[in-house]
Amino acid sequence: MALQAIAFYLMAAVTVAAGFCVVSARNPVHSVLWLILSFFSAAGLFVLMGAEFIAMLLVVVYVGAVAVLFLFVVMMLDVDFAALRQGFARYMPLGLLIAVFLAAEMVLVSATVAGSGAAKDNENPMASGAGSALSNAEAIGRVLYTDYIYFFQAAGLVLLVAMIGAIVLTLRHKPGVRRQVIMDQVLRTPKTGMRITNLKPGEGIGE
Amino acid sequence: MTIGLAHYLAVAAILFTIGVFGIFVNRKNIIVILMSVELMLLAVNINLVAFSVFLGNLAGQVFAMFVLTVAAAEAAVGLAILVTFFRNRGDIAVDDASMMKG
Repeated sequence: MALQAIAFYLMAAVTVAAGFCVVSARNPVHSVLWLILSFFSAAGLFVLMGAEFIAMLLVVVYVGAVAVLFLFVVMMLDVDFAALRQGFARYMPLGLLIAVFLAAEMVLVSATVAGSGAAKDNENPMASGAGSALSNAEAIGRVLYTDYIYFFQAAGLVLLVAMIGAIVLTLRHKPGVRRQVIMDQVLRTPKTGMRITNLKPGEGIGE
Repeated sequence: MTIGLAHYLAVAAILFTIGVFGIFVNRKNIIVILMSVELMLLAVNINLVAFSVFLGNLAGQVFAMFVLTVAAAEAAVGLAILVTFFRNRGDIAVDDASMMKG
């Protein structure tokens, strides 16, 4: 039990600290790296809760795909990031004020919900050893492909639309590049491809 | 000392607040704004999974997967728009991005 508490506090502290470094780092590349650390330790929190499948999904999707995408874009864009930090100090007091109020409100609400809501006396089934015989991934699979099949398909559609959108947005044809046009090649006939002329002896072909 | 639902909800609340704070203080740097949005979505996911685990209902985890899907799509399209914006303007300062204004 104490080990679980130590693991929780360690990973929660790392998640929050790395999250704060994401928004306050001077260099966006460092921000992305802090973001990766934050997602990793959040995945640890998910494992602690007994949601291993979501945890692994977080590592694969976020650390493996989204964070690398961010890293590519940050390194690809040649931007003076120091200039973009202007106004950091100016917006800091207002931001801190709003953040403190928001955090206080949300922590109070969550304390109330956890103390007197539907999950009042529930313990973490993983911590008390009362977890079901089914593994987490199998349990999710059993509901995902039956009860939530239409939502699952819709999620696939969302990803397809996002993929097409990203390609359409960033694809560009450089002018002056000669490409193979297969349509023109297929539609070429002897009539359009060659010309038969009668040559008189002693004269060459003029243009 | 047991770690209950309140602990996880508190972590999620603090993480969400950090995301909001990041949007406030990095108003010009849209890359960091996008990362802040990712942090906020992570906080939402922690909330969903915590309730799912403590209520013994898997719907929360399934919904967290859909949130993950939408977050990935959002990051891809957002960064694509950012790259296009950078190609057109040579800059990513978004505080004076008013080309679409009539």
